[in-house]
Amino acid sequence: MRVVSDLEWQGPVPAGEGEYGEFFAAAAEGRLLIQQCPECGHRQHYPRAICTACGAEPEWMEAAGTGTVYTYTVVRQYGVPAFAELPYVLAMIDLPEGVRMFGGLTGIDPETVEIGMPVTAYARTYDDTHAMIFWEPA
Amino acid sequence: MPSRHPVICGIGLSDYPVVPHLNSVQHHALAARRAIADCGIAKSAIDGYVSTSGGGPAAGDDAVSMAEYLGVNHRYIDGTMVGGSSFEFHVQHAAAAIREGLCDTVLITYGSDQLTRMGRVLGTGGFQRDAQPVTGAMQMATPYGLPLVGAYALAARRHMHEFGTTSEQLAEIAVGIREFAGLNPDARYRDPITVDDVLNSRMIADPLHKLDCCVITDGGGALVMTTEEIARDLCHPPIYVLGAAGTQTHWNIHQMPDFTEMGAAVCGPEAMGQAGVTPADIDTAQLYDSFTITVMLMLEGLGFCGRGEGGAYVEEGHLRRGGSMPTNTDGGGLSSNHPGMRGIFLLIEAVRQLRGDAGEAQVPNAELALACGSGGWLSAIATVILGKDRPS
Repeated sequence: MRVVSDLEWQGPVPAGEGEYGEFFAAAAEGRLLIQQCPECGHRQHYPRAICTACGAEPEWMEAAGTGTVYTYTVVRQYGVPAFAELPYVLAMIDLPEGVRMFGGLTGIDPETVEIGMPVTAYARTYDDTHAMIFWEPA
Repeated sequence: MPSRHPVICGIGLSDYPVVPHLNSVQHHALAARRAIADCGIAKSAIDGYVSTSGGGPAAGDDAVSMAEYLGVNHRYIDGTMVGGSSFEFHVQHAAAAIREGLCDTVLITYGSDQLTRMGRVLGTGGFQRDAQPVTGAMQMATPYGLPLVGAYALAARRHMHEFGTTSEQLAEIAVGIREFAGLNPDARYRDPITVDDVLNSRMIADPLHKLDCCVITDGGGALVMTTEEIARDLCHPPIYVLGAAGTQTHWNIHQMPDFTEMGAAVCGPEAMGQAGVTPADIDTAQLYDSFTITVMLMLEGLGFCGRGEGGAYVEEGHLRRGGSMPTNTDGGGLSSNHPGMRGIFLLIEAVRQLRGDAGEAQVPNAELALACGSGGWLSAIATVILGKDRPS
């Protein structure tokens, strides 16, 4: 997974407490992590200390970093200064591994986004060791 | 044996929609005074208190602080906070407590000075106004700049994709509810609107326009619930709680299992089953209209129409005045009032309708009303069935 630096980012960032920390740290190293349960095989995202299906302790697994758009919106008005650059696209992405992930969809004209279109993940660092996952057209 | 069947005996609204001289606590109190006066019960008879956990310690309207402020030395207290639908859950809980004998008479209150305190930033200004790190599952969404409206827009877009639903059909919901708002002198916006007005209003987050979104106001409401037996001596014929059920499918929008199906599909049938009624039996619906898409998903989940058929259903005019399912007869959150958590107003309007006190907006011969609340992001959903007649 491609990693780009965005250390100038002034907006809100993930706190990264608990299991979240490992997810954002892995992203900064170019790995997209989801969780899989060793007991029942259930896969989940966001990261948690429990399998939501059977209650066991989940393990990390690396996802391929590909997906398709499940749904999206184009944000055209938002009063938060960090997001003054409008419009931008936010989307839910279906991963082939069987989980769904929310994120920003960049590198595309907002008017041309379509549900079902294939996308690829990339990571954008917000500090020296952590990154958020974004998506762009495959 | 005296009947412990739970009923709603008193309702009260605080002032709305723009009330700069009241804070949240005072909205609670004004609504409570009016609800107590409405039913004529001695305040000392109230032995149960229910409210949300409130706007945090700063607001001073959490359940225990409000119980003290209102002077209710409760035997039963519930501070369930699941967002806008909290009050439908409250009725479910209070009904069980009354039936079980944990208490006899419950006061439920809500108050919010949201418009006066915060202005209209909630929908498009976000919860996160600065660059503080975001904790919990919100950190998977907020840092990307997800506004409240955007969360609902994700569901609306998916519904359009799966079922061919149009912006015109969503707009019809706002148009019909505005028509009812025109009959409510206190509603925030009363002038009639057309489908074109909605489509021509500013796009906030595709595909939701400004007029697909609820208003932001101040306001408050209160209910008094008691047993059928105690209600016999009060001012109004009791309104019976015939069914109440709730469910939660997710909390954060990014965890919604299926963006075109909400928990109404679970708690709607359950509440109607308790009441022994079907959607066709309901005379008026009070549905949480945070956004037009909320109403559409609710109509489908509750079974007023089939899944994916919400667009065609609303186009047929069922929700309008004189339609088969007059909906949000007070003007709803889309046009009348939405101080942040609207669930209590659904119940108050349902009671008004069943009492025959809804004035020009009265649904003729209303005997059964449904209130369905949505809390969070289409997350925690509860349905209450109210009836004018004693259950057989």
